[in-house]
Amino acid sequence: MLNLIKPGDWLTLLAGALFTAWLFAFMWQGGAAEKAVVRAGGKVYAEMSLAREQVLEVPGPLGVSQVAVEHGRARIARDPSPRQYCVRQGWLSQAGEIAVCLPNQVSLELVGRVKRYDSLNY
Amino acid sequence: MTRLTINTTPEDHYVARIAAVAIGLSLLEAGIPSPLPGVKPGLANIVTLVVLMRCGWRTAAWVSLLRVVAGSLLFGNFMSPGFVLSFSGAFMSLGALALAQHLPQRWFGPVSLSILAAFAHIGAQLAVVYLWLIPHAGIAYLVPLFACAALVFGAVNGLAAAKLLGNATARRLHPA
Repeated sequence: MLNLIKPGDWLTLLAGALFTAWLFAFMWQGGAAEKAVVRAGGKVYAEMSLAREQVLEVPGPLGVSQVAVEHGRARIARDPSPRQYCVRQGWLSQAGEIAVCLPNQVSLELVGRVKRYDSLNY
Repeated sequence: MTRLTINTTPEDHYVARIAAVAIGLSLLEAGIPSPLPGVKPGLANIVTLVVLMRCGWRTAAWVSLLRVVAGSLLFGNFMSPGFVLSFSGAFMSLGALALAQHLPQRWFGPVSLSILAAFAHIGAQLAVVYLWLIPHAGIAYLVPLFACAALVFGAVNGLAAAKLLGNATARRLHPA
């Protein structure tokens, strides 16, 4: 079986594999996130650059949610919601990622330079 | 009454026979379920490769395009989007093969040709899909999957072609 593959064929295989890997890396990245948009009660509460480390307190109907930003990523650090889904989601780092604390009506969304559509009708 | 006769050469008969084999293979693989529309082994390309190595590019092009056109008549999708997709794929991979056949044969065998043709094939099809059928950037998410399939099936088909060609030369060298 191996004698069917010539030396150059290995080269072609390797090049093809590298090309495919590059396609995966290039096509499947969500794009670098640039800022974090925090919403409370459906309205934009704050827009923060991800470059600066900071902690933001956001008031909601249940209490105060805490949003933490550091090193180009952001997360909900503390939240009064009973099931803690948005806290357990952990750090968000790609554009388009979002953590929603529904009971406290707070959401944290990362956006890149260009806003992609979040829904499309065709 | 005028009689119409078509003078056929032995080469024409060979092309027709071989194209029939290719059509048989594509009929066969139409029955294989696929996880993603468009991901197919492309077994008929083994035939194209073997013909390319044995008889040259011109004959391979005849076989490949005959397979696409006659096969579409069998499937009943002549001139449908599916036909345009297979035609563009076959056209582009023939183009890639026209260039790749000049690679030094000492170093590059059917496996290289097959992989290059597979990438050209899927590239052309994705271009047609994007430009004509689904002009939506979401196609980009599928590109790596198709490329992966092209790499795997290209290599496998190339191996099959190499095996067939190898057997043939062995037989010619050592007639039983």
